[in-house]
Amino acid sequence: MLTHLPALIVVAPLLVGLSIPLVHNARAAWGMAALTVLVVFGMAIQLLIQVNELVHVSQNPAAFISYAMGNWQIPWGIEYRVDSFNAFVVLIIAMIAAVVTVYARLSIEHEIPKDRIHFFYSLWLLFITGLLGVTMTGDVFNVYVLLEISALTSYVLVAMGKYHDRRALSASINYLVLGTIGASFFLLGVGYLYSVTGTLNMADMADKLNGLHDNRAVLTAIAFLVIGLGIKMALFPLHGWLPNAHGYAPPIVSALLSAVTIKVGAYVLIRFLFSILGPRLSFEILPTTPLLLLLASMAILAGSYLAIQQPSLKRVLAYSSVAQMGYITLGVALANEQGLTGALIHIFNHALTKSGLFLVSGIIVYRFGATDLVHLRGLGHHMPWTMAAFIAGGLGLIGAPLTAGFISKWYLVTGALDKGMTFLPVIILLGSLLAVIYIWRIVEIAYFQEPEPSAQVVQEGPWSLVLPAWLLIGASLYFGIDASVSSWLAKNAVLALLGAG
Amino acid sequence: MKFFDLYNYGIFIVLMMIGFYTVIAKPNLVKKVIGLSLFQTAIFLFFLSLGKIEGGAPPVTNPPAALYANPLPHALILTAIVVSVSTMAVALAIIINIKQTYGTVEEDEIAALEEGNGHEC
Repeated sequence: MLTHLPALIVVAPLLVGLSIPLVHNARAAWGMAALTVLVVFGMAIQLLIQVNELVHVSQNPAAFISYAMGNWQIPWGIEYRVDSFNAFVVLIIAMIAAVVTVYARLSIEHEIPKDRIHFFYSLWLLFITGLLGVTMTGDVFNVYVLLEISALTSYVLVAMGKYHDRRALSASINYLVLGTIGASFFLLGVGYLYSVTGTLNMADMADKLNGLHDNRAVLTAIAFLVIGLGIKMALFPLHGWLPNAHGYAPPIVSALLSAVTIKVGAYVLIRFLFSILGPRLSFEILPTTPLLLLLASMAILAGSYLAIQQPSLKRVLAYSSVAQMGYITLGVALANEQGLTGALIHIFNHALTKSGLFLVSGIIVYRFGATDLVHLRGLGHHMPWTMAAFIAGGLGLIGAPLTAGFISKWYLVTGALDKGMTFLPVIILLGSLLAVIYIWRIVEIAYFQEPEPSAQVVQEGPWSLVLPAWLLIGASLYFGIDASVSSWLAKNAVLALLGAG
Repeated sequence: MKFFDLYNYGIFIVLMMIGFYTVIAKPNLVKKVIGLSLFQTAIFLFFLSLGKIEGGAPPVTNPPAALYANPLPHALILTAIVVSVSTMAVALAIIINIKQTYGTVEEDEIAALEEGNGHEC
């Protein structure tokens, strides 16, 4: 049973997701989805423990569990390969998905007509299947297929925001067009690599790419892969689809999109740059570092600046995600131990913070039907717990000390200084200052502006919504004070990546 | 004439660019989706060209041929075609919804309508 864990973790949500439409009951559909995701979370923890034991016993930081799908022999069949890096990312996906799914029940009953809810949960589990599959697989074509499973379901999930705001539909088609172009570029990159190496297995491909540093097909492949994944991870200036899609989707979909989906894009990019192409080709021979650093700096500054001007809370959070992806890209571009640790720990910390904040926005949607900033006037007094969670999460986005955001920025700054790039801390600091402005703008409206006399009086959100939001925000505070677990996980992941390269 | 030997790669690039142009330039969402389909099909042609071997027999093992075409790209593209068809289905379903809500499938007209009012609860 335990040896089949790498397959089960992907197959379980797939099978349950496909059988949910047979159940014509909203509550039962939610129950099945929540139970499955909780089981997946348990399996993710177990998987992490197994990998960690293996690393410990073999004294090899890059030790991995290999699983041959359908028992086909490995370079030919599809391999699922779990090392410290993807066990870490799988844990993040499963953890966020578990809390968000538990939260989903009331929020979704409010968002979507009753006779559609079971379809929602079916797509929701398929979406999670895709995300988990992308991180588990060791086969580049399998990455494409699973990336498209998660993307196709997420287009529909975004479009389900139409019951609240019809702009979700145009956001969804825009996301679909750009997402498909991104995936096609990725597929083209895979095709070029396949034409050179004749293999699709990641490890086998990495072996065969050794010494092909000036092969033009390989260089073309890298260009296509970086652009394609850049669209998927909303790397500035390829982020055009993100603000509308994350802004108009149902809040719990935004939470998973912002906290996990774009991170999975970043995961695939890191996997290609470090494990398949190898740090030498990616960073020493090609000018990837200056290119990505430039894009990352622009993402941090432009994303934060645009976030200041947005008219609704969810769009502020969406633009803030563009900026936060900038920090992650910055850490990847540094390509040294500290920088990469910063990027990975920021994937973890930002996933907690941003999903927590989107859950907060979900509570506000539950009460008002929208998150336009006018509704927020005086909200600090009516919904104290909700808005307190917002402030705590907002501090995390700024990167204030004692929040998780501070830890990741600390690693990024030390990583930049290790490389002798003294201008980067300035950009990180400027990004934080801009974050102070966009968070403060909302705090000011919520606490210091009087609500309009005609406005409806509201109460605190229901506890089944407030508690999960606080769970995530609380976790982000906890990992800001005691970062030993999160940084230990990120460090192991970095050792696995750099050890393999 | 090296170029003419590789003409299928030339066609793949031309097709891909026609598709890409359609996606970018046409405001009509259905035309955009057609462009997207063309774009993906061009990539399929590229993969299939990779599998072709000059003078190669079909990859049937009985009786074994000395030289045979690579069957793997075909298997990959079969999967990719499924993905492409599903994308098309999802896109058209969303476009039907857009037509029902906005009364148009032209991107510029939708943008103009959205500027007026977004909320329809």
